[in-house]
Amino acid sequence: MAEKVSLRSVLFNPLSRNNPVVVQVLGICSVLAVTVKLAPALVMGLSVIVVLAFSNVIISLIRNTIPTNIRIIVQLVVVAALVIIVDQLLQAYMYDVSKQLSVFISLIITNCILMGRLEAFAMSNKPWPSMLDGIGNGAGYAIILVIVAFFRELLGSGTLLGYQVVPQWCYDHGYVNNGLMILPPMALIVVACIIWVQRSRNKELQE
Amino acid sequence: MNPLRRIFDKARPLFEEGGRLSPLRSVYEGFDSFLFTPKTTSSSGVHMHDSIDSKRIMITVVVALLPCLLFGMYNTGYQNWLGAGAVAAEYSFWGMMLYGFLAVLPKLLTAYIVGLGIEFISAQIKHEEIQEGFLVTGILIPLVCPVNTPCWMIAVATAFAVIFAKEVFGGTGYNIFNVALVTRAFLFFAYPAQMSGDKVFVATQPIMGVGLTVNFADGFSGATPLGQAATHAGGEMTLTNIVGDPLSLWDAFVGLIPGSFGETSTLCILIGAAILLIGGIADWRIILSVFVGGTVMGFVAHTFDSPSYPCSFLTPLEQLCYGGFAFAAVFMATDPVTAARTAAGKYVYGFMIGVIAILIRTYNNGYPEGAMLAVLLMNAFAPLIDYCVIQGNKRRRRNRLISKA
Repeated sequence: MAEKVSLRSVLFNPLSRNNPVVVQVLGICSVLAVTVKLAPALVMGLSVIVVLAFSNVIISLIRNTIPTNIRIIVQLVVVAALVIIVDQLLQAYMYDVSKQLSVFISLIITNCILMGRLEAFAMSNKPWPSMLDGIGNGAGYAIILVIVAFFRELLGSGTLLGYQVVPQWCYDHGYVNNGLMILPPMALIVVACIIWVQRSRNKELQE
Repeated sequence: MNPLRRIFDKARPLFEEGGRLSPLRSVYEGFDSFLFTPKTTSSSGVHMHDSIDSKRIMITVVVALLPCLLFGMYNTGYQNWLGAGAVAAEYSFWGMMLYGFLAVLPKLLTAYIVGLGIEFISAQIKHEEIQEGFLVTGILIPLVCPVNTPCWMIAVATAFAVIFAKEVFGGTGYNIFNVALVTRAFLFFAYPAQMSGDKVFVATQPIMGVGLTVNFADGFSGATPLGQAATHAGGEMTLTNIVGDPLSLWDAFVGLIPGSFGETSTLCILIGAAILLIGGIADWRIILSVFVGGTVMGFVAHTFDSPSYPCSFLTPLEQLCYGGFAFAAVFMATDPVTAARTAAGKYVYGFMIGVIAILIRTYNNGYPEGAMLAVLLMNAFAPLIDYCVIQGNKRRRRNRLISKA
């Protein structure tokens, strides 16, 4: 019973109370870079979930055989291999999105969330909880990415997933898309707003 | 006792603890101390007291801004008349003033309502007194925006600036960046088409039956002198006014050129500077060093002028008179909250603002005006400058002690 509760918290804690982006403030660079449009943000979020889940499982499976002093290198090799697979898949099946994401898929390797979870969780836990942890943290990252991208695409381009959302009569009456939303500073400010809302709802997160 | 005082005294119980309107207590206090004097004085300790408080500072700045505001009204009307080709035939001083007044009034009201609204609400939430800080910001915002900026944009930008540049840092007196300039920077980056170019600086439509219709089609360009310089390509550079006549430096000094509402007239800005200096509000060190910095950088740029940076053909004096440079030097750089506070630091701070403003203006053709960005950048550096100055002072005093011992 005790294990079940902990499994659930392993999966769901990263979504809000221990969110890797807005609570641990990791992986901010890619949040700034890939959230101009919703579609790349979704793909990026999915890619991180997949890479994180699989690398967590793999590292967890071999955690007892990895020599301690080269564990970072081993982790990097595993993550890099997975990232290359994801990157190749995207290039094969979703070429346009992969173009938009450009280097940031490859840069998942350097995403602090991955190294953090591998070090902190997979190295000391069994494969099944590790997988849940990977999915949970990836999803926590993806949620923030999607929220930020939603606001940036809606206010910056007037579209969602490429479809026109802001009706034409708004433009006819003088509404103009907010160009600042396209620029990186607004990503930070949207993330800050999410943090603001979350902290004011969760008293235990306030410092 | 005057009737206004009686109304306030009668309403007081409503706003006190347990009163029906007690959540709005700070609104009451704000209006009370705005219209009269604060009731409370310190009851203990020795206080050196100067009659200047933040309320008086703000009012003095507003008074210093009035020449710019009034001239901005006149100039808005003048450009409208000029564009319609009617200055000689239908010259009407009061018509132009009224036109400019009608053009700026909605923006002024928008900035005040949105900004003060947010300040009032956040004061209620935080259970704090309402601060006077927005009095000046609210009048600065319409002055630094082009006359054709839509009101809703000003509302959005003001809300953004007040919340993210001021309230999250703790309100009046705690902001790192100048709130009015953050508003302008937000507008500039969010709605570039409405903030620069050759269509936004001249009002072209009659407002409530006042003013004339300007037709953009017939060889008319509403570009500011700096806008013209930035897009200039090849040949002799002649800056013109909106109907194509050449502009003299005197025109720019007096301010009869297209530009953001209140910043065209260097003359009126200097009058404002005099009011600020006599009133003891602004520091002459900052104003002087901004102008020195601008002159030095303008001189350097002019010495090494090159066709790929057409702005470098402007003489240092022209650099100081065109665009928002003078306005930024007098009203933006001297903001006591965001400027450097040490005397030596003020020289560095002002000098760097002047240099960077001309640097951006000349060597980045994408931004015809750099004063806004220069002030914002140096706002960020002001604490560092102060820190270095203070550390230097400490080191000097320590060395003096060591050498004595």
